Amino acid sequence: MITTDLQGIVEDAAAHLYVWALKDIPQDLRDALADAAERETSVPGQRVLSTILRNVQIADDESNLVCQDTGIAVYTCRVGEHFPLHPVRIYDALKAGTERATIEHPLRSNAVHTITRENTGPNTGYRLPIVHWEFIPDWDGLDVKCVPKGSGSENMSFLKMCIPADGVKGIKQFVLESIVGAGGKPCPPGIVGVGIGGSADYAMYLAKEAIARPIGTRNSDPHVAKLEEELFELLNETGIGPMGLGGDVTVLNCHIEHADTHMTLNPVAVNYQCWAARRASAHIGADGTVDYDREF
Amino acid sequence: MAVHEVTFPIADEQEILKLRAGDEVIVQGHIIGLRDRTQIRIFDQGVEPPMDLRGAFLLHTAPGVRKVGEGKYEKVCIGTTTSARMVRFTEPLGAQYGVRAICGKGGFPDEAIEPMRKHGMVYFAIVGGAAALETTQIEEIEEVAWEELMPECLWKFRVKDFGPLTVGIDAHGNSLYHDVQEAAKKKLEELYARL
Repeated sequence: MITTDLQGIVEDAAAHLYVWALKDIPQDLRDALADAAERETSVPGQRVLSTILRNVQIADDESNLVCQDTGIAVYTCRVGEHFPLHPVRIYDALKAGTERATIEHPLRSNAVHTITRENTGPNTGYRLPIVHWEFIPDWDGLDVKCVPKGSGSENMSFLKMCIPADGVKGIKQFVLESIVGAGGKPCPPGIVGVGIGGSADYAMYLAKEAIARPIGTRNSDPHVAKLEEELFELLNETGIGPMGLGGDVTVLNCHIEHADTHMTLNPVAVNYQCWAARRASAHIGADGTVDYDREF
Repeated sequence: MAVHEVTFPIADEQEILKLRAGDEVIVQGHIIGLRDRTQIRIFDQGVEPPMDLRGAFLLHTAPGVRKVGEGKYEKVCIGTTTSARMVRFTEPLGAQYGVRAICGKGGFPDEAIEPMRKHGMVYFAIVGGAAALETTQIEEIEEVAWEELMPECLWKFRVKDFGPLTVGIDAHGNSLYHDVQEAAKKKLEELYARL
């Protein structure tokens, strides 16, 4: 009985998070965009950034979506060891919540079969939504973060299996050439997510984790945090600028997640997040209480 | 960098020739929305579009809409998609249909420069993701064709003060995207040397 109720609560939370994320971008992102508008000196770049700020204001005023691309819904779940709802049911709840939000709002439905390209449902389908799981010992809560990710930025994802001899220099070069090659396509200035180490698949997973962090947060490993700072500065020297029209602000920040790897591997994955870096989260207690915020 | 107001569809090529890469443009009148599948149907499947594209302004979009009656839709959220996927349609849109402007986000690669010069066309850069603003500038969805491709139908919108747009590629062979990429490639060499 309790389990069933909790499933309904998680479903409600998912439906709320999806729409909330799409309409109301987080304060840390608003601050970063305002700061970018002050720093930018190119005329087309200023035009882009002032239009972005105007757009965010209109989305607030009219309670409309910031961007029409409602993306694919990606959730990150941190599940406490003692949370009284099994992840199988949490997944069902996230899927049902995504469907409900899509139908009730209504939101554009983007999900298609990857071969036939036929629409598969209200932003759901086989293995959609995508959920990242983390399991937390000695805890009975659940944190859910919703990150709807548009295709313009997701199409600008890149992987390179650098070799150990390429070192950190190889990582930097690959990130730089990826962002220059992407140009205006992923809606810059956004957040460059980089995943290093692990394996090919895990590096990209980590890059996706990186774009979903609050903007400007730094990796707890000082070696990685230093690389984040260096890449952030280097990327803004490329001159790609807002929407690729040239300028000073190419990225709002660079976040890196890492994993230990094989002695002969040096994988680098880049996952871009557009300027409309949508993110919303909820903390759900074992007793069904829900708190909404953006702190992780 | 000049600021222009242009009403579409247009008949006079001079209207297009006065626009220069980097200029700001505000658009009035009627524009036509379409995306990947719409153009695949026209050019790869050879189906004639049931709307007049002469002198038209095309917007790369697949809008979020609400159905309110037979063939009638209200806007919910209308924004713009990445253009680069559709660059190969530039030449036939100019040569066969007399399209004058293509608007999208993120730019066209260099292969669009020559067809745009040859056929007197421009590429307008909109701010990607700024759909809340764009939706307020679309007054009405006047027509829709090929509803079975939803949301990648052929849409006719009436707009007011649509923009601000930036001329990304003009009809004189200039492309901001080309210039920015060339400069960035030079800059990369300098940055690599410092690593």
